[in-house]
Amino acid sequence: MEKEKIDASITDVPAVELKSVWVFLQGNTILEDISFSIKEGRFVGIIGPNGAGKTTCLKVILGLLKPDRGDVKVFGLPPEKFRKSPQAIGYIPQKTHFDSHFPLSVYDAVLMGRIHRIGLLKFPGQRDREMVLQNLIRVGLDGYLQRQIGELSGGELQRALIARALCNEPRLMILDEPTTGVDIAYQERFYQLLHDLKKELKLTIMVVSHDLGLLSNYSDELICINRSMHLHGSPSEVLSNRLLGQVYRCEFDLFLQTQRAKKTGE
Amino acid sequence: MLEMFAFDFMQRALLAGIMVSILCGFIAFFVVLKRLSFIGVGISHSALGGVAIGVLSGVDPILSAIIFVILMSWAIGMVSKKGDVHEDTAIGIFFSFATALGVALISLSKSYNVDLFGYLFGSILSVTKKDLWTVGILGGLVVGFLILFFKELLFMCFDEEVATISGLPVTFLYYLLLTLMAVTIVVAIKVVGIVLVSAFIVIPAATGYQLAKSYRIMLTTSILCGIVASVAGLWLSFRFDLASGATIVLCSTLLFFLAMLISPRRRLLQRTLNRFSP
Repeated sequence: MEKEKIDASITDVPAVELKSVWVFLQGNTILEDISFSIKEGRFVGIIGPNGAGKTTCLKVILGLLKPDRGDVKVFGLPPEKFRKSPQAIGYIPQKTHFDSHFPLSVYDAVLMGRIHRIGLLKFPGQRDREMVLQNLIRVGLDGYLQRQIGELSGGELQRALIARALCNEPRLMILDEPTTGVDIAYQERFYQLLHDLKKELKLTIMVVSHDLGLLSNYSDELICINRSMHLHGSPSEVLSNRLLGQVYRCEFDLFLQTQRAKKTGE
Repeated sequence: MLEMFAFDFMQRALLAGIMVSILCGFIAFFVVLKRLSFIGVGISHSALGGVAIGVLSGVDPILSAIIFVILMSWAIGMVSKKGDVHEDTAIGIFFSFATALGVALISLSKSYNVDLFGYLFGSILSVTKKDLWTVGILGGLVVGFLILFFKELLFMCFDEEVATISGLPVTFLYYLLLTLMAVTIVVAIKVVGIVLVSAFIVIPAATGYQLAKSYRIMLTTSILCGIVASVAGLWLSFRFDLASGATIVLCSTLLFFLAMLISPRRRLLQRTLNRFSP
């Protein structure tokens, strides 16, 4: 499948656009009238307390969940149409649901990212194999080709999943709490990797995370979601906004201070 | 020991056994990786209902079984996909209904030519040439589809969410897999019987899963274990006049426990020996 290269400078189509999205699940309102728009090429952090609807918001954007009201578009198309088109979304889920004994090597798992590009009834070719190697080198896992996927550490697995997502040549990459359970020294390198990938491959990146300190350094924008309330702006705008304490329902200054201490203390 | 294979029926039995084990070994690979074994139990027991409908209506029982089991597999698939908390209850109800229906219909049947025991527990020693063709053609079709869609099915087993987002037709693949399971089950009934066929589409691959780090090895092991269990089971069936389904599944299970012992992951054997070493 040939990917059509759309020149971003000609189009004003936002990468992601939500308009008055409501989501109800099992009688509860998970998302209430959420609207925001993300321009192509931005690195956006999604923050908010646990259980506030951040993952639900991702699922709506990915097309895994249909909003009960409102509209969601990815590069101008509804998510289900977008993923059938030659364009792609890369998704790195929270790593909790993996079978660690699944019989795949790192190489095999990353090659899966090419399957949509290879197409039904066809076999992987030279170009596919080259892309897999290239992406493994990009994330620094080229020494791990034959290792079984379950033997990787948390951080290595996340990088393998990024390599897999990159193999589908995405325009948009979405990561759900990628640094949970990963040590602090590593987190900084991880965000640097995302930043470098964004520049090199002209990606739009959305990261759901609690790493407020790191996000404020690496992201262009932050969106704070808590069911209905949200803030959207540059990291300094959002993190200094006095409404943030309300969103997290806690003393936010203390929280920020703890984050800064964690970062500088290493 | 090998003189028995001079007999026509033993040669057909051996061929049937080998073909069915390749087929079941292949599908078991996906059943284990996608965790469909309970759904497999549900689908396989419904075959009794399908067979009974055929017997009563004068239609070829295998044909009626295939149609009925495919429909049941889709119904069970839909229930499973809803993600309800009581999914296992619903599946249990489905297959109990189909089994009870089968038993009731067979009792109604005035024909005493129905080899109920054979359908339930396998009758590999009465395989006919027609049966061989049925197994060969249908089995070949199933394996053909599994090979054609192999990488897509594997991706769905590994990470269904990301496969969906990557643009794969996951719903189609899921129902395709269920349909192929249904056809495999009906084809394998002749060899292993309705009661035990659900075991034969799980155990060989479970054995492979114990031993393999790579999916290619797991698949190969699954098929080989299926073949070994089939041939050994067939021999036991003939030698001791036992139901083939039982002997084949017993051999299959034995292989599984051996695999568990020597599995590099568990290192059970090593650890036990270490405990006894001075």
